[in-house]
Amino acid sequence: MQNNILTMTEEKFQIRIDKEEKIEPKDWMPEGYRKHLIRQISQHAHSEIIGMQPEGNWISRAPSLRAKMILLAKVQDEAGHGLYLYSACETLGISRQELVSQLHSGKAKYSSIFNYPTLSWADMGAIGWLVDGAAIVNQVSLQRTSFGPYSRGMVKICKEESFHQRQGYEIMAQMAKGTSEQKAMAQDALNRFWWPSIMMFGPNDSDSPRTGNAMKWKIKRKTNDELRQEFIDKTVNQAEIIGLTIPDKDLKWNEQRQHYDFGEMDWDEFWNVVNGNGPCNKQRLNHHKKAHDDGQWVREAAKSYAQKQELIAN
Amino acid sequence: MSENRTVWEVFIQSKNGLAHKHVGNVHAEDKIMALENARELYTRRNEGSCIWVVKSKDIISSESEDGEAFFDPSNDKMYRHPTFYTMPEGSKHI
Ligand SMILES: [Fe+2]
Ligand SMILES: [Fe+2]
Repeated sequence: MQNNILTMTEEKFQIRIDKEEKIEPKDWMPEGYRKHLIRQISQHAHSEIIGMQPEGNWISRAPSLRAKMILLAKVQDEAGHGLYLYSACETLGISRQELVSQLHSGKAKYSSIFNYPTLSWADMGAIGWLVDGAAIVNQVSLQRTSFGPYSRGMVKICKEESFHQRQGYEIMAQMAKGTSEQKAMAQDALNRFWWPSIMMFGPNDSDSPRTGNAMKWKIKRKTNDELRQEFIDKTVNQAEIIGLTIPDKDLKWNEQRQHYDFGEMDWDEFWNVVNGNGPCNKQRLNHHKKAHDDGQWVREAAKSYAQKQELIAN
Repeated sequence: MSENRTVWEVFIQSKNGLAHKHVGNVHAEDKIMALENARELYTRRNEGSCIWVVKSKDIISSESEDGEAFFDPSNDKMYRHPTFYTMPEGSKHI
């Protein structure tokens, strides 16, 4: 057994990857593979958790009981997604506590999209339609990721996501055919969320140094640019159907490529937000820290209660 | 006080008559909390009729890298499979 483990070299690992075998937590893996996974999965988990805040902001102000119940269920799903992903990440030998402290210290990141404020009810539409829409394109491809626990988490998450995008698109469609004011709100939400949404896929492949290994190890199955193109190609028609305009004057069908061409993204803005200077970075992190600190007494009480129960039982 | 809670593996029986299937894990201090957390996390869409939770540390796993050696004993026993046997020409329902 010991010999087996020692002779399991990086090459053998790559052969397993190339054969589309799934890697399980106890299998030998290169240190770089483990590190890349911890970074990617934890960032994904933190995004689900922090992502509850911009939408949670509107639960108490939802325009109807139906809308409130839907939004509540959607936000609860996102909490679940965060937990599935923390579980997958923990199998790589890092504790939940460490993951949370990396979020708080800024060592671990989360998706920059959640550092934008949600100013109107239409933003709930734009987020479901575009932000969940973009996340789905990414997550569908990650169902085939080489790390077993991550892959299984993605399968579960994708099943739950489908209603998220539909409820968002329904809100946008309703507002777009409402009063002129409502339509303007929907268009405004699309204007604000479009560019940050397509930047969710990350830098262009040419500026994304880690993509090489991630593709070789089949952690990622499609590059940032491939995923972004897929999302844009899907979404343009959806905007047309509800009579809204995507805020990109360079957006145009390219007959030869059979894809939409689109305009230049503002990467200065992207990096500015990644590096902590977006409109809500501080607010999002402070809220998370406060919720965590405020829950301290609950965690302590639960532990004491469990210990007491054990004493009684023995 | 340590912040690390016990990890419990969760198994769900999707409906009466079927086997319980592993779906993931939860953190919880005790078994009741583990069951309740599992219900909230894994059965929000009627996925289950029964849940088992088991402390992760109580699960013993074989290692996938010695899978070959570990499962070797069954490799050469083809007579455990029905296709091993030759049935007389024309025999049916067997
Ligand atoms: Fe999600
Ligand atoms: Fe979602």
